[in-house]
Amino acid sequence: MSRSLINWFKFASPATFYPLAGRVIPFFAAAAVLLLGAGLWTGLAVAPTDAQQGEGYRIIFVHVPASWMSMFIYCVMAFWAALGLAFNTRLSGMMMSALAPTGAMFAFLSLWTGSFWGKPMWGAWWVWDARLTSQLILFFLYLGFIALQAAIDDPRRADKAGAILALVGVVNIPIIYFSVQWWNTLHQGASVSMTKAPSMAHVMLLGMLLMAFGFWAYTITMALMRVRCIILERELTSEWVKRNAME
Amino acid sequence: MTASSITPFRQAVRRDLLLAARHKTEVITALFFFVIVVNLLPLGIGPDPELLRKIAPGALWIGALLATLLGLQRLFAPDHQDGTLEQMALSPQPFTLLVAGKILAHWLVAGLPVVLIAPLLGLQFDLSGRSLWILVLSLLLGTPILSLIGAVGAALTLGVRGSGVLLSLLILPLYIPALIFGAGAVESDLAGLGAEGHLSLLGALLLVCAVFAPWVTTVALRVALE
Amino acid sequence: MLAVSHLTCQRGERVLFQDLSFDLPDRQWLQIAGTNGAGKTSLLRILAGLSEPATGSVAWNGVPVRANRSAYHADLLYLGHQGALKEELTPLENLTLGLGMEGFATTAPAVRDALTRFGLSGRERLPVRYLSAGQRRRVLLCRLRLRPARLWILDEPYTALDVHAAAVLTEHLESHLAQGGSVLLTSHQSLSLAPGMCITL
Repeated sequence: MSRSLINWFKFASPATFYPLAGRVIPFFAAAAVLLLGAGLWTGLAVAPTDAQQGEGYRIIFVHVPASWMSMFIYCVMAFWAALGLAFNTRLSGMMMSALAPTGAMFAFLSLWTGSFWGKPMWGAWWVWDARLTSQLILFFLYLGFIALQAAIDDPRRADKAGAILALVGVVNIPIIYFSVQWWNTLHQGASVSMTKAPSMAHVMLLGMLLMAFGFWAYTITMALMRVRCIILERELTSEWVKRNAME
Repeated sequence: MTASSITPFRQAVRRDLLLAARHKTEVITALFFFVIVVNLLPLGIGPDPELLRKIAPGALWIGALLATLLGLQRLFAPDHQDGTLEQMALSPQPFTLLVAGKILAHWLVAGLPVVLIAPLLGLQFDLSGRSLWILVLSLLLGTPILSLIGAVGAALTLGVRGSGVLLSLLILPLYIPALIFGAGAVESDLAGLGAEGHLSLLGALLLVCAVFAPWVTTVALRVALE
Repeated sequence: MLAVSHLTCQRGERVLFQDLSFDLPDRQWLQIAGTNGAGKTSLLRILAGLSEPATGSVAWNGVPVRANRSAYHADLLYLGHQGALKEELTPLENLTLGLGMEGFATTAPAVRDALTRFGLSGRERLPVRYLSAGQRRRVLLCRLRLRPARLWILDEPYTALDVHAAAVLTEHLESHLAQGGSVLLTSHQSLSLAPGMCITL
């Protein structure tokens, strides 16, 4: 037990993590390209045309996985936040800052594609649909996190403050979602739901899953690349970075 | 809470109220800000009573939200600058208790006046007697939530450059549930649906915030003090 | 007794001090000397429990400070270089409310007496805004009389004091030590106290 713990903390040290991340990045990058290629091909070429919505529905192959990812990444950030506050590990804060931009990007992608999908379906670029509204709020939460971290100069404080904000956010997300749902039913919002595509065919599900895994691999690649940059930035004066630079 | 720990809590509230009393203009300015923002809406939208009644809950609630935000920037900043916050953190009394006292004082100074003046503004929006009561009740339950959540944001942005704008960016999304339940209470009463559901959700939210927000604020303040 | 072991303090990429260890027994005082920016205030803040050292630990009466914050803070009087005074309030209000928040009840006569002792009689009801820097400092020093504590940590207590006030402060330090207390302070002056320890950062 204690031995495995020590091992984990060893990986949590930036000096060990940096080369490790460098070694696994190519694999995740390759996986991302393959999965996204297969997913797009399945979604755009193989999946049948929808009887009601025509070809326009195909945007869900980007939209739905992007929404999933944006939610999921925030949860992962909250996980790192809790870990960082509990064990005071330096890597946790760096992982949070590395994940946030990708999460914000997926939230934005989800909003953008949602809007594109909404134009032919609802006849408007923006509809105050409960899901879309929640996604917008999630996007704001990401922006708040990034802005807070950017505004604090001392990296240690930036990490801790960011971690507290991420945890407060993750507790609030279910409450916000619930309240928006509640608000939506009170106001009789749009009734067409994006994810309840009539009789989802297996091929469609497969396409979406491929895309989701592709996004996953992409997120890991990006986060690791970014975390390597952050490690170098913060540990610029330490011995091992100097040694690496010499090589 | 034991009897001995009530005293420091009360002292913290008293101190902030005394300070507010020496800064009366600040308190009154925030209140006028609320009145003016709410009064601008009919000017921008038009005087149709039907329409005004419809937007009244949202307008008043958003006004209350912005008015609370004004005072939040000064919730901890002056105490941080002159070292009072340090002394509070070094008090043998629980820091959370003193922080809770400060939050309560903030609500008494920034939230309560808004609640009290809201019915007057409601009349301008052609709300009837019953809806006015619901409005007051929703604000009475909701404005403490705004102070509590706001305190977390104020602690996180303490001493950070551009903290005013940053505070709004962090806090406003978190205010959404309170806004929805609060304004929704009045709206659903206007629609004849009854406001009990909204109000009890608002009450639950207040309880959760009252338990956790002072604690989270304290953690954030300790980080800021380090 | 305050026991400090192997403290290291890092600000950004700069190491301020490293592997600092010392004990401060009762009835003893310790002066921390050093040039500007050597880390004196950082050290005091760590010792007070306001910030965490990069490594090392501080223990009060054998118990790590982190483990029992409130017991340590009950015994500790910390005077930072920021005043913790509200300009809008009078010295009387500042002291009464400040001590009240720390859980110590005081009476107005006791506070007045302390203010008189530090030469501030007649200014009890004047907002602090109208006091000079030295007078503000004296208001703070009244805490030494009003708040019982065994360990005093004072950051530059002699700053801005005139000869008379400095003498009163020295008297207070002496009687505190005689009563079994201990004092840890930073100062640029040499002190006219019975010999104590000195650490240079």
